[in-house]
Amino acid sequence: MWAKASTWWTYFRVSLEERMVYRGDFIIGVMMRFLPFATQVFMYWAIFETLQANEQPEGRLTGEIGGFTFYDLIAYLLLVTVTRAFSSMPGLTSGISNSVRNGEVKKYLIQPIDMVGFMLIQRVAHKLVYYVMAFLPFAFWFYLFRDCFTNGIPGVEIFAVYLLSLVLSFLLGFFLETCMGLIAFWYLEVTSLTFIYMLFNFFLSGHMFPLTWLPGEFEWAVQALPFQYLAYFPAAVFLGKITGAALYWGIVVQIAWVFFFFLLSRLLWHRGVKRYSGFGG
Amino acid sequence: MKTYIQVFLTFARNSLVRDLSFRTNFLLQCVTSISWAIMNWAFFKIIFAQGKNIAIGKGTGWTENEFFIFLGTVWIINAIVQTFFMPNAQEFSELIRTGNLDFALLKPIDTQFLVSFPRLNWASLANFFLGIVVVVFYANALMHDAVNPLSLSVFQVLSYIVFIGAGVVIMYSVMISLAATSVWLGRNQNLYMIWFYLTNFYRYPMEIYQRGVIGWGLWGFFSFVVPVLVVANVPARTLAQPLRESGGNRWENWLILLLFTMALVSLWVSRRVFRWALSSYRSASS
Repeated sequence: MWAKASTWWTYFRVSLEERMVYRGDFIIGVMMRFLPFATQVFMYWAIFETLQANEQPEGRLTGEIGGFTFYDLIAYLLLVTVTRAFSSMPGLTSGISNSVRNGEVKKYLIQPIDMVGFMLIQRVAHKLVYYVMAFLPFAFWFYLFRDCFTNGIPGVEIFAVYLLSLVLSFLLGFFLETCMGLIAFWYLEVTSLTFIYMLFNFFLSGHMFPLTWLPGEFEWAVQALPFQYLAYFPAAVFLGKITGAALYWGIVVQIAWVFFFFLLSRLLWHRGVKRYSGFGG
Repeated sequence: MKTYIQVFLTFARNSLVRDLSFRTNFLLQCVTSISWAIMNWAFFKIIFAQGKNIAIGKGTGWTENEFFIFLGTVWIINAIVQTFFMPNAQEFSELIRTGNLDFALLKPIDTQFLVSFPRLNWASLANFFLGIVVVVFYANALMHDAVNPLSLSVFQVLSYIVFIGAGVVIMYSVMISLAATSVWLGRNQNLYMIWFYLTNFYRYPMEIYQRGVIGWGLWGFFSFVVPVLVVANVPARTLAQPLRESGGNRWENWLILLLFTMALVSLWVSRRVFRWALSSYRSASS
């Protein structure tokens, strides 16, 4: 037990340092990431202007789209970047499928370690480094748009649920993408699957726009699929758009999805390894 | 001149042969880029579905149909840039890093031409055709608009095409200048990212920036310093005529003048930057 924990801890530290190598590039990258956000702010500003019936003092925008005022929307889009910082797993699916295809996965089979577990540790380490380094750029942008958070910071209860759903969104993103990567044991090429995933993510996770904007016919798809927990749900919780029973029911469903994909990833891994055959060195 | 055309055609043919030798991959790339464009279209469709009077800016005239002409124009320009310049700009950075630029310098042909066109990415042209379809579809819808129909003359359509050409010249100049900076930076891995962030600003009608200090600052910067704002705005305005109801406005002509001035200036500047970069180039190989 102790030996195992020490192995994991070592690997965690290695992953931490591996991530610290390109600091400069990294911080510039995070800063730049918000540039498209600036154009979005101007675009929505222009759009909400057209909803304005009469002039308001100080040019305040009063219109609403799908229950979101302009200020709500900006706050929402900022919060979604936070959720995405938890739930997005760049290169996870392709990394796993590549290591299955080129046989690298062998190294996990002959060592007494669990591949998925190690990848999880690696991701946790990478994400931690990311949050530490991205904190300043994020704080800068949140401060710049502080007036958009018209409800202020939510109470302790809501905030706790928010944090929980962020952590869950990390786990959900991880296990979901791991499952997609593990499908490579059956179909070597998973890029088309990744593409379909991205397509669904674009419309149903809410990282481009609040899900309340979707036409009513898609409501069932939002509810039946796990995508909303990758971006929309935590942000909506923070903004107080989801309250009462719906809030706790949402968390329960999110936990259920995490469990589902966790179990599925175990199943895929065990079945996949049985199918797998590696040759050569 | 004739040599240049022949060399270009050879490049184009070789790239096509290369692209088509992996047919499934070629088709997949086409499908991918078309899907991206359709997602983009659907995104705006969702926004415009939220209310009857929604437009990109009050009094700007960019309502649904006009805006989709704008969007189609952006796709057309993007597709041209991605087909002809993108793969080459990336390759150029790589040539500098590896020192293989030596071989290009030795050839008896203009170096800028030689590094600008050797590889065309034909699959990206899918969005070019999709863009045309969208522009034609929405222009047609506007022409049959019951309240405020659009009338287009042959001259206007021709100017649309010429303006797109001028816009592409600007995009090319910005891109080749960016790529040339790898001479000093060594490796320019972020080239695509910087390009993406810069061009992100040209994807919307310029009216959205015309407010506030930051907005006007951005407008000025992207109109005069890195003049990407005129690239899609001028052709799209010419065709969609968002302000036709109020009889158009005068600054249209100023924009056209700005487009052509900026096309010439940026081409000249990019040529200078390229030459300057070459003079600082030290081969990396032994």
